Amino acid sequence: MINESLAHTSNILVYAAMTGFVVAMVAFAISLSKSRRIESLEDSVARTNSISPAARLGGTATLEQATVSTAVTDGDERGAGRRAGNIGMSLTWLSTLLLGASILCRGISAHRLPWGNMYEFSLAAGFAISISYCVLSVKRDLRWLGLFIVVPVLLDLGIATTVLYTDSEDLVPALHSYWLAIHVTAATVCVGAFSVGAALSALYLVAERAESRILAGLEVGRTGALANRLPSADRLDLMAYRIHAFMFPLWTFAVISGAIWAEAAWGRYWGWDPKETWAFITWVIYAAYLHARVTVGWRGRKAAYIALAGISAILVNYFVVNILIPGLHSYSGVK
Amino acid sequence: MLSFTAWLRWLWRQLTSMRIALFLLFLLALASVPGSIFPQRGTAPAKVSQYIRDNPKSGLFLDRLHMFDVFASPWFAAIYLLLFISLAGCVIPRLFEYWRELRSQPPAAPKNLSRLGVYQTWHSVASAEVALQDTAKNWAKKGWRVRTGSDYVSAERGYAREFGNLLFHFALLGLLVAVGVGSSYGFRGTVIVREGYGFANNVTQYDSFTPGRAYSVNELAPFSFSLTKFHAAYQVGGMQSGAAREFHADVSVKSSPTALPKKVRIEVNEPLRVAGVTVYLVGHGYSPEFTVRDSKGNVVWKDAAIFLPQDANFTSNGVVKAPDSVPQLGLQGYFLPTVTSDFSMGPRSIFPAADDPEVYMSAWQGDLGLDSGIPQSVYQLDTTKMKRIGIEELAPGEKWVLPNGQGVVEFTGFRQWAAFSLAHDPGKGWALLFAILAIAGLTMSLLIPRRRVWLRITETPDDGNLYEVGGLAKTQAPGLPADVTKLAQLALAIAPEVTRD
Ligand code: HEM
Repeated sequence: MINESLAHTSNILVYAAMTGFVVAMVAFAISLSKSRRIESLEDSVARTNSISPAARLGGTATLEQATVSTAVTDGDERGAGRRAGNIGMSLTWLSTLLLGASILCRGISAHRLPWGNMYEFSLAAGFAISISYCVLSVKRDLRWLGLFIVVPVLLDLGIATTVLYTDSEDLVPALHSYWLAIHVTAATVCVGAFSVGAALSALYLVAERAESRILAGLEVGRTGALANRLPSADRLDLMAYRIHAFMFPLWTFAVISGAIWAEAAWGRYWGWDPKETWAFITWVIYAAYLHARVTVGWRGRKAAYIALAGISAILVNYFVVNILIPGLHSYSGVK
Repeated sequence: MLSFTAWLRWLWRQLTSMRIALFLLFLLALASVPGSIFPQRGTAPAKVSQYIRDNPKSGLFLDRLHMFDVFASPWFAAIYLLLFISLAGCVIPRLFEYWRELRSQPPAAPKNLSRLGVYQTWHSVASAEVALQDTAKNWAKKGWRVRTGSDYVSAERGYAREFGNLLFHFALLGLLVAVGVGSSYGFRGTVIVREGYGFANNVTQYDSFTPGRAYSVNELAPFSFSLTKFHAAYQVGGMQSGAAREFHADVSVKSSPTALPKKVRIEVNEPLRVAGVTVYLVGHGYSPEFTVRDSKGNVVWKDAAIFLPQDANFTSNGVVKAPDSVPQLGLQGYFLPTVTSDFSMGPRSIFPAADDPEVYMSAWQGDLGLDSGIPQSVYQLDTTKMKRIGIEELAPGEKWVLPNGQGVVEFTGFRQWAAFSLAHDPGKGWALLFAILAIAGLTMSLLIPRRRVWLRITETPDDGNLYEVGGLAKTQAPGLPADVTKLAQLALAIAPEVTRD
């Protein structure tokens, strides 16, 4: 039986988390507007450019040196920017935990893993994005990234609570399997981390544009205003790469565990069902991203576009395939 | 003019270049997209026919482009074959290179260590010769491969990274072969079985049967099973009312004609595995039972007809054909497990369980067209040479006397049926093995850092020597500074720093 009061608590907790994220969004926006790089964009471009090309080709090695002085600051200890950034960070943690509690209540209310329909997947994806960000922020100062994480999370939760909402219920038989825990959990974690990676790749494009305009002696304009509040393009690129590279094996695992589940449920491990097809497309795009990073003429801007194509494929698989294209994976719970 | 072999060599170099590999990867992703947009013969053959019927012009054109069987099309095959040739051409030479690398020594120290990203330096009065030997020994103990030169020590680690990369790419090749072999030496089939009826593993008993290219039907294992009972439960009330909550099929299986029958329950995620064949429960529906008498009072049909569900509430339609009646009789219509009270939107069911079942049938008289030689669907009535003689709603047990004494139709009850998919894929285990190897290789390849660290000792005119440690990351994994610091600490322990003022 469904525990209705717990299911209700779960719904309230989602709204509480969303409220927290909204305030965090405002705080991060203030913090970003007040922050500056320690070393100005112009200076750092000039300095990196002065490092000999041979050393630059050393790749990471040079980066370790270069990043020191491109850190972002949001003013002195008691400045308004720093305070806002701290508030944003704390609220993000709090809202993430509230969201986690909501998911937990939902699961307990139905005595099952709370990922059985699109509403529940969306809550889980929102949680995966924000917890990835929180975990990454433990070791490094990521307040400059907060706005670009909280906004997508809010969009996701907004769609979940309005369009995708479904009451807490039992599962359809196709989902009665321990592979639900393995496959869907792996996929959700990947979606969360790939979203953070995509945010970094998008910001890389902004920073790269500003830096190359400076190199070319052009006005940087509005992109410069944002780029001046971000780490260097190289740094952003490296962070994005590390997240994608770290997650790619897990995504591979998610696809393969899906195939194993499909074998148990439908009698074939791969049948080019639309959902499977897009999981494959996503996989191929991220494999292309990793290859682009080691291909002359493709690293940098083009690789970043490929990473953004990857997250787009994930979104297509989630929204378009689940809702519009009929297939075996029809358990969106949306009518 | 390029000679032919020069041209071939050029082609090969292009094909095995990273740029082309990248391009082919994109092409593969792009080529998969139509497969998710258009219905595919492999998964939904009925929808493909429907699409072509609805859009005759564009449908046939799309069909010629293989848009309805994208993943079996020649152009899709061309892309992945090129990709895998490229892959083989790329990784086989790397395998040899890796072999050579494994047996070679780390490279000599570069001239200027201070230009490396991570760099540390100090002065020490320790003997250069002893420091070189001992540092090399201590570094090697920490798992680095070392080489000692006249005034330097080179260290390198992370060879397993390349191993992982090669393992991954070879596993992909293996996976493709396993998938191909499995589908050529296996088969797939589907069958609908009514409660109380059975199935024997014989080609004639399948509703559809697709053998692999190299499969011979003589290899079919002689097992059989019968469906004792099908059970389904649905949610009552709430937003998801009518959603399936549970279903399973209780069957009695004989693994060979002489074996004792065994009771087994088949569920959605729990197939039956018997004699190398896996039997999956993939669908279910209703089967109303009719007794039909013709104008002379002869029983011309007494059986359970298979009706196919049309919507989530199991509004099901189907037909009965009685070719032995004179003149021939046919019925077509709906089985409604929970009949709606309002027929203004047509006969339909409002809940999937059989809470208030009813059939809504029209009766036809004339020529069923079974002798015309054109194959007919068992689920459709060809009414071109028939005349409708009546239409009626019947509850279980009710009799319908057709007008003008043309016969009697009795709706005696109903049972359920279950649809099973049967598959035999001998490549499955291999595919799984290569998939696991691929993940293992990938993880090694992406997470193991490849690094080089050097120590150089330079004699200085005054007291002591200049010690320099520098490191280079060949990959973008974090942690080079930590590694360099650790190795520098080891060297420092052997050659302590002297501070000069
Ligand atoms: C089915 C096609 C392929 C897939 C899915 C694939 C996948 C991958 C992945 C995920 C990596 C990342 C490992 C890393 O960054 O270290 C990688 C690396 C690599 N791949 Fe592929 N690959 C494919 C085809 C090819 C082909 C055709 C070539 C040869 C042209 C190739 C050459 C390489 C090389 C040289 C690396 C090493 C890059 C490095 O050192 O970081 N791959 N591959």
